[in-house]
Amino acid sequence: MSLQIEDPRIVEFDVQTDEMLVNMGPQHPSTHGVLRLLLRTDGEIVHECTPHIGYLHRCAEKIGENLSPPQYIPYTDRMDYLAAMNMNLGFALAVEKLIGMEVPEKAVHLRVLIAEIGRIASHLVGMGTYGLDLGTFSPFLYAFREREIILDLFEEVCGARLTYSYITIGGATHDLPDEIEMPDGLASLIGKHKGERLPFLDVIEIFLQWLELRIREYHTLLTKNMIFISRTAGLGILSPEMAVSYGCTGPVLRGSGVDFDLRRDGEAIYTRMYKGYDFEVPVAPFKEAPREVIVGDNWCRFYVRMMEVVQAIRLVRQAIPKYKAATGSYREPFKMNTKLPKDEVYLETEAPRGQMGFYVVGNGEGNPLRLRAKSSCFCNVSVTDQICQGVPLADIPAIVGSLDIVMGEIDR
Amino acid sequence: MDIQGIHSILLERFGESVVGSQTFKAIDPWIQVSAASIVEVCTFLRDDSRLLFNHLNDLCGVDYFEPDAKKAAKFGHEPHVEVVYHLSSLKQRHQLKLKVVVPRWKDNVEGQLPVVPSLSAVFGIANWHEREAYDLMGIHFEGHPNLRRILCPEDWIGHPMRKDYAFPLEYHGVRGR
Repeated sequence: MSLQIEDPRIVEFDVQTDEMLVNMGPQHPSTHGVLRLLLRTDGEIVHECTPHIGYLHRCAEKIGENLSPPQYIPYTDRMDYLAAMNMNLGFALAVEKLIGMEVPEKAVHLRVLIAEIGRIASHLVGMGTYGLDLGTFSPFLYAFREREIILDLFEEVCGARLTYSYITIGGATHDLPDEIEMPDGLASLIGKHKGERLPFLDVIEIFLQWLELRIREYHTLLTKNMIFISRTAGLGILSPEMAVSYGCTGPVLRGSGVDFDLRRDGEAIYTRMYKGYDFEVPVAPFKEAPREVIVGDNWCRFYVRMMEVVQAIRLVRQAIPKYKAATGSYREPFKMNTKLPKDEVYLETEAPRGQMGFYVVGNGEGNPLRLRAKSSCFCNVSVTDQICQGVPLADIPAIVGSLDIVMGEIDR
Repeated sequence: MDIQGIHSILLERFGESVVGSQTFKAIDPWIQVSAASIVEVCTFLRDDSRLLFNHLNDLCGVDYFEPDAKKAAKFGHEPHVEVVYHLSSLKQRHQLKLKVVVPRWKDNVEGQLPVVPSLSAVFGIANWHEREAYDLMGIHFEGHPNLRRILCPEDWIGHPMRKDYAFPLEYHGVRGR
């Protein structure tokens, strides 16, 4: 029985071509590292998208069984290398929970300050590279200009620019510097203070004031850009049920409309850090969203990140006076010969890309019996197949990019 | 809800043959569940309106074994493999740790992987976490739709997170040591 279609507006959708297997990656520029996507396509339409991971596997968990916790801190840097401060924090908190260590008040506010600046840097990369995925180059340059200043500040704090190992068990390796020379990048951007020595916390405040004004520019460049909206809105829709079932966390979960943030809802040892801080958790749907946007699509995930930058700025601003007023040391000393008790802990913290969990099993020795790093991106990328079905091939980078994955964390 | 409440609900529903010993003294207390009924227990935990454990945070294996004969006396654990499930509820805001204890090798025949039922029908993410546990720890998840290696290459031999794993001397012409 054949159905006669007379209306010319109706396009026949059951036209099929030969199936083709397309390998995207592991060296594809828009897969954010060494992710390989195996696509089963029918013409332009993708029917199945299988992610293959493991190209950056460095046996981080196995190494952890042979090192004491302070020695392991540099390995956590190399997991999510775009938010190394937050990785250090997650591991340090897990070990502190295991040995029952109390962190001095000053170290707590120092950690909030540093971790939230790290979150800004990470989301700036997420925003910039998402622009690259969609074919616009300029947001990337702006985002990296801003991130560069954060890296300059972190360099003044701990000497490293990418793998900091700064936040450690019991606090941080050093106190924040009192006075620094104004970073050249920031001085030339704001047009003053070149070569001047200023208090470190004042430099942060100058930077935040400047960054706050730039966020409106990002919205003009990307968020409210017509081309950007048509590439992201209504695409890659992840339902809240699926997001929860697949263990998605962080901006991916909140972009699907699930109101959950460990900084507010997490375990006591983590939420205690943020006690007395006033911040909001951005969750889709948004009032200011364009008409085309559906909860759980690429645009929502992207916008959650943008809003988190605003909240992170608020948190840093609140941390500065708290840090100044706090008493005590920046660090509770951790003895190198500390034996881990015969117990086990699991602690998740809210890293920029989602909930990063560390599971540490002690056995009365210096080295843990088992060290497990649960990666947030690992769970986030596992949902790719579900949200990439039935979309054109050209939209795959837009969907995978909106998950904002870092392969170093997935493969560990 | 605290661990004692959850434990009594589970005990009432499944009985002592399924829900085993628990340690409330640990920092993160856990409940031990028999391997055969882990799927039933997790489905119940997910769907019961008092519990609503809808989020599987983590699933991993732990190998309790000391390969060094000199240290084995001080080790303090019988050799076994544990599968640890970290569950949480995004609605009720509580957490739970479940453990399944299996022998290191099935029927104590070395090379025969221990068997645990797969949770992939209950939680979507269990699919990948179980593949990782299979790959690194060598646990066979029965009923898994696609139990292949995930981090190591497909032709890799052995399960690297096992305590008695021997590092390969050679892989496709690349020297190991």
